[in-house]
Amino acid sequence: MKNKITNIFKGGFGQLTIPIVAICMLVIFNLFRDPSFFSVGITHNNDGNIVLAGNLISIINAASELAVLAMGMTLVTAACAGQDISVGAAAAIAGSAFVKVLKSGPEITGFSVILAFIIACCVAMIFGAFNGTLVSVFNIQPMIATLILFTCGRSIAYWINGGASVPVDSPIIKAIGSFIPGIPVPTPVLIVIVVAIIFKLVFHFTSLELFTQSVGINGSASRLNGINATFIRLLTFVILGVCVAVAGIIGVSRLGLINHETLLLDVEMDAILAVAIGGNNLGGGKFKISGSIIGAYVIHMLTVTLYAMKVPSTDVKAYKAIVIVILVVIGSPVIKSKFTKFMTQMKNRKQEVAMKGN
Amino acid sequence: MRKRLVSMIMAGTLAMSMALTGCTSGGDTTPVDTGSTGDTGETTEVADTGDTGETADAPVEASGELIKVGVVNNPPSESGYREANVKDMEAVFSEANGYELKTSYSLKNDEQLQAAQGFITEGVDYLLISAAETTGWDEVLKKAQEAGIKVYLFDRMIDVDESLYEAAVVSDMAAEGDTAVQWLLDQNLDEYNVIHIQGAMGSDAQIGRTGALDEQFASGKMNKVVQQTATWDEAEAKKIVESVINSGESFNVIYAENDGMAKGAVAALDEAGITHGVGGDVIVMGFDCNKWALRELLDGKWNYDGQCSPFQAQIISDLIKSGEAPASKKIINEEKGFDATTITQADIDTYGLGE
Repeated sequence: MKNKITNIFKGGFGQLTIPIVAICMLVIFNLFRDPSFFSVGITHNNDGNIVLAGNLISIINAASELAVLAMGMTLVTAACAGQDISVGAAAAIAGSAFVKVLKSGPEITGFSVILAFIIACCVAMIFGAFNGTLVSVFNIQPMIATLILFTCGRSIAYWINGGASVPVDSPIIKAIGSFIPGIPVPTPVLIVIVVAIIFKLVFHFTSLELFTQSVGINGSASRLNGINATFIRLLTFVILGVCVAVAGIIGVSRLGLINHETLLLDVEMDAILAVAIGGNNLGGGKFKISGSIIGAYVIHMLTVTLYAMKVPSTDVKAYKAIVIVILVVIGSPVIKSKFTKFMTQMKNRKQEVAMKGN
Repeated sequence: MRKRLVSMIMAGTLAMSMALTGCTSGGDTTPVDTGSTGDTGETTEVADTGDTGETADAPVEASGELIKVGVVNNPPSESGYREANVKDMEAVFSEANGYELKTSYSLKNDEQLQAAQGFITEGVDYLLISAAETTGWDEVLKKAQEAGIKVYLFDRMIDVDESLYEAAVVSDMAAEGDTAVQWLLDQNLDEYNVIHIQGAMGSDAQIGRTGALDEQFASGKMNKVVQQTATWDEAEAKKIVESVINSGESFNVIYAENDGMAKGAVAALDEAGITHGVGGDVIVMGFDCNKWALRELLDGKWNYDGQCSPFQAQIISDLIKSGEAPASKKIINEEKGFDATTITQADIDTYGLGE
């Protein structure tokens, strides 16, 4: 235990250094700006439930879709050395399928929601498999392969419901999107925790993590070692498909409305950013899902901070870009090696001084 | 060999994705539409808004020959507004009403220009245009004039000389804003602390609907608690309202420039336990008159919804059948605003968009 702590002081948190430092900086900045920023209050919502409220809750609640997508995106990035830019469009498709199934029944029941969830997952997995096949079997660069779905995905979503925005009104949908009666924590946050636990269990009981890393580091070497690289790459896209469906359903439930044009708009870029801020190498190989999750929260904490400062939302993206450039540059290998060099120099000098003192 | 195959497939993929970009709108998320991005769908029945009655029933030309009409429009998938607009066109310019309708839908100006060119070559009698962009239309409209084809613009103006078209039937977005703000002033609140959620900056709808409210902010009659654009995005609107609630500032009006954003704002109010609508603490205002939004009004959960009428077809049809040149080049499509205390189910059936 002691060893671990000294390790942290020596080498930081390893890959997680950047996201943790970023989140700490944002927290400190906000505490200076407005000490009550992180205060969490308890209120009654309009359905009469006791719920938590405050900026902190807003951040972890609003980042839920992004966190789920970032987990899947991390796997794809690690295995394929590229990113899926169609997740937003695919989420619109999954969300539309979800709404379509709900609407086709006479009323929305627990059973029909589960059925709709399964069908939405299947649809998203099929589209994931489509992307995955292009990438793994045909060796097309991921960004180009997923450009197809990125381009046409929202039109497909439109065809499914044949309407631009279709409302779904039901207490069950409301429970998924905001609060389950009796539980003061927003449901999307609980969903993120469940998805994270599932990932943890899968990594614990299967060799998926190891295989993904080895395929990402060197595909042909791992093939020679008996790992089916094509299958692993395809599998990561299908897993991302499940994440996409979950994110899409959270998005739909949050508003009780599917709008194929705006559902999770531009989320693909945020998801890739979350992976990058999480310290993962966008060129594939080693990865840490926890880094990406923290990355997602960093992005949303930044947005909420800027909104709290009343920065015009047109400018929010520019400010976000500035912070992210700084984070990514600090995390780049060049700066890292310079930093280590600097540290060893300092150490040597200290030793010299100590020697002279003797 | 393998490399060649891969490059061939890549080229094919690119070509395919380009083709897809060409014929669809999904990737293009910029809300270019006048009214409303992101609202609702299927209008099964076509409400005849126009004050014009039922002149459209009998075909004009006694010989039974159909009037050929070419419509260049944006695709229905663009928004609920567009979908209702397209259906309205198809219903009014039907064979039963004495028309032969040819349509072309695209979000891209150059494709629209090509389609218009095609209609001119085919020899239509009338050309109806809702342009993707305001520029680049001079040549085509001149050709139409030479060919004796009469041009009507609907929904959107084009930057050309007035002589090149018969008339433009458009919405007056500024009037929509004025109507809404006037309604708000008529509520006679003690003070107005307004959260203003804007649409995509620079769009016609945003400029028009923002203008009237900005005047009130400037005159000091209303206080601006926050004015932010959510670019028609429901989830973004929710975040904006949440940040105001968390900051502890008080507000009593939410003015959202479309229905979706109003819905996002209301979701934030619901989670924070703030009452809204008729008799509530916060007045909720939206635009576009989606059916689901009007139902919120009927339930008393919202207070006001302003119309952005997509129903121009009947007005144009009447102009065509009357055979006379319109009195003015710019014809404003009349639009209403609905109040939660007076709205009826019949209003929803007549004026609501989508389902």
